[in-house]
Amino acid sequence: MANRPIKVALIGNPNTGKTLLFNQLTGLNQKVGNYPGVTVDKKEGISKLSGTQSAIIIDLPGTYSINPTSIDETIVLKTLLKKDIKESPDVILVLADVENLKRNLLLFSQIKDLEIPTVLAINMVDQMQKKGISIFLSVLEKELNTEVILISAKRNEGIKEVKEAIIRCHVAAKASPLCGINHKIDPDYFAKLKEISPSHSLYELWLMITQNNFPETVTSEEKEDLLAFKKDISKLKKYQHKETIYRYQEINKILKKTYIVDKSKASDLQSKLDKIFTHKIFGYFFFFLILLVIFQSIFDWALLPMDLIDGFFAQLSELAKASFPEGVFTDLLTEGIIPGIGGVIIFIPQIAILFLFIAILEETGYMSRVVFLMDKIMRRFGMNGKSIIPLISGTACAIPAIMATRTISNWKERLITILVVPFTTCSARLPVYAILIALIIPDTKIFGFLNLQGLVLLSLYTLGFGMAIFAAYILHKILDINSKSFFVIEMPNYKLPSLKNVFFEMVEKTKAFVFGAGKIILALSIVLWFLASNGSSEYKNAAEIVSKMEVNRGISSEEMDKRIASFKLENSYIGMLGKSIEPSIKPLGFDWKIGIALITSFAAREVFVGTLATIYSVEANDDDVTTIKQKMASEVNLETGEKRFNFPVGMSLLIFYAFAMQCMATLAIVKKETKTWKWPMIQLIGMGVLAYISSLITYQILS
Amino acid sequence: MSTIATLQIGEIGYISEESLDFIPLKLLEMGCLPGAEVQLLQIAPLKDPLYICVNGSHLAIRVETAEQIKVLKIE
Ligand SMILES: Nc1nc2c(ncn2[C@@H]2O[C@H](COP(=O)(O)OP(=O)(O)OP(=O)(O)O)[C@@H](O)[C@H]2O)c(=O)[nH]1
Ligand SMILES: [Mg+2]
Repeated sequence: MANRPIKVALIGNPNTGKTLLFNQLTGLNQKVGNYPGVTVDKKEGISKLSGTQSAIIIDLPGTYSINPTSIDETIVLKTLLKKDIKESPDVILVLADVENLKRNLLLFSQIKDLEIPTVLAINMVDQMQKKGISIFLSVLEKELNTEVILISAKRNEGIKEVKEAIIRCHVAAKASPLCGINHKIDPDYFAKLKEISPSHSLYELWLMITQNNFPETVTSEEKEDLLAFKKDISKLKKYQHKETIYRYQEINKILKKTYIVDKSKASDLQSKLDKIFTHKIFGYFFFFLILLVIFQSIFDWALLPMDLIDGFFAQLSELAKASFPEGVFTDLLTEGIIPGIGGVIIFIPQIAILFLFIAILEETGYMSRVVFLMDKIMRRFGMNGKSIIPLISGTACAIPAIMATRTISNWKERLITILVVPFTTCSARLPVYAILIALIIPDTKIFGFLNLQGLVLLSLYTLGFGMAIFAAYILHKILDINSKSFFVIEMPNYKLPSLKNVFFEMVEKTKAFVFGAGKIILALSIVLWFLASNGSSEYKNAAEIVSKMEVNRGISSEEMDKRIASFKLENSYIGMLGKSIEPSIKPLGFDWKIGIALITSFAAREVFVGTLATIYSVEANDDDVTTIKQKMASEVNLETGEKRFNFPVGMSLLIFYAFAMQCMATLAIVKKETKTWKWPMIQLIGMGVLAYISSLITYQILS
Repeated sequence: MSTIATLQIGEIGYISEESLDFIPLKLLEMGCLPGAEVQLLQIAPLKDPLYICVNGSHLAIRVETAEQIKVLKIE
């Protein structure tokens, strides 16, 4: 019979390979819906430890200690202090980086003092030889009073041993403190603290008062006694300092006996690379070069697969039309659902490439160098060097980007970053940009190799980024929030990215995007199609009315069918809705059909293309197979006889989508992270007004 | 008296005991302890932040923090 799964929490310093180990342990058995990368939230997966025993592995954000200074680190503390049966881990797996063992053991010593069964895994042992490191494992195990496993998550070595150790540790259920914080610092003080609650370890009680975090397991009397200890804040601070120094002294003693580094063997690639990547001039040069390469490849590499997908969906619609009997269901399928889904699927190549690059930048350790280069500049705009990471990953999706702001410990800097992230060009804008650029910008190369369409796309990204910075500056000046900041970031060793991590991240994020968007699009296209194929009495009698109107003009029957179809659309429910907002968007160059797309885009931007696809295919003649792009290109402005998507209209639309806040999921996550509706509402209204005015100006100047 | 902020690039100092109260807890936990050897590796283009190596950790800290941390230099 299978046993109850063991709950294992994966804890360690940032960048020690927790997520990679998590991926190795759980494979694809992960709960999706969470955004990995630099982990900022909990994430669970199932791992088979042995024939009869499985485990629930919890991947946690990296932290240097359990005294948190930012939200992501607080998650770790909360997981550890929760003692109720459901949430608390049975076993803690501490993951340490072999190169920084001393600092990693600080966290380990704190965890050990919580008196929860613990296994220590030392990762990246593949680097030991290169760095001249040797470890006396048995002595280390004895000194730490813990089972220690040497592993290489990257080479998949030692994973089996980790699984076995987890089972042993769970069975033994043995837990003893490592340092014991009391004796050296102030024996009386800590003896009194321990007396308050026998059911908690001393270190737990100490954490409760220093972190002001009282789990439900403490009674109200206990809590009162604990609060009494909190009165002397300066004493707490002093003791925390002493505690840390004491821990390091103990760790040094242990490492002296067990850990030897032969410095002469150590190669110093890091400092050589840092000379270039953090250089005054070359540093920025490389940063912009990397960005340029990314955007060129989004346009160039993705072109071929995108054309294939586009063609495939046009064929699919045609096939469905041919093979199903004529009727309402077939219409819904071929005119609503297939083009709608196709409108998103087509962008998988571009989105996957973008996610791929971001994953690589995060994995290699390069992002920290960008933080270092940008901190001073970002501070002028009320943000923090760390804000650059959300601003870059916001180019993929604003949701994980807003979650990534959790690493910023200063509230004002974090809030400003959250508020401006939606200006960065997320992948949902990509479908809109891509199709509009393809319609209004010629496909030529300048200087023989720079793709002009790619350059325009790059300038839209720059525009979004520039607006984010500008908005941050304004917010910095008007927001009256006082919060003291302290800034430190680790500059990790450069690492070759793990293909597995990069691949998982790319697949998972792309999947989340496609399914998330897919659901909305599916639902909206059904609603849209219904609203477009039903309408008032004019709609029902369209054939009669149109033929009466056109009776003496002598037009072909084919032309007549077209007129009837567009008359029908105009008088459908959706047409009436679009018509009703037309006056207010006409100054921006938009007609009522674009107006409908704007309305549906408030759910999510990427719906734009699908909406137009649905509208145009409801209207189109039955037997012409055309792609969405061709349909848009052939759309004519009836008043001027010109193309509907000409240069001024296209530009105006581009600007509108660049600035408007059209994503309900983002609004929801901002509400969640700021804990009030005030900030998302300010975003919605502020960005909306800005988009309207900017589009208005663009169109009026260009036309 | 010198601080981390007054070190030249490549120069090494030892964090003085008296700085203890001025070192933020987080920095202590990352290995920036009194008595530890600290080397200034790089200064960011706009003179802030500073890139240091202390106790084996490579860290970037702002000048305002570095100014608080006194160091002893050995000639
Ligand atoms: N050489 C080597 N590199 C490794 C090993 N394990 C992980 N890495 C690399 O270490 C880097 C960080 O890995 P992650 O799994 O993202 O680390 P993490 O602990 O989850 O990081 P945070 O979520 O930021 O705390 C990646 O570039 C990995 O490829 C290993 O065993 N050997
Ligand atoms: Mg991680």
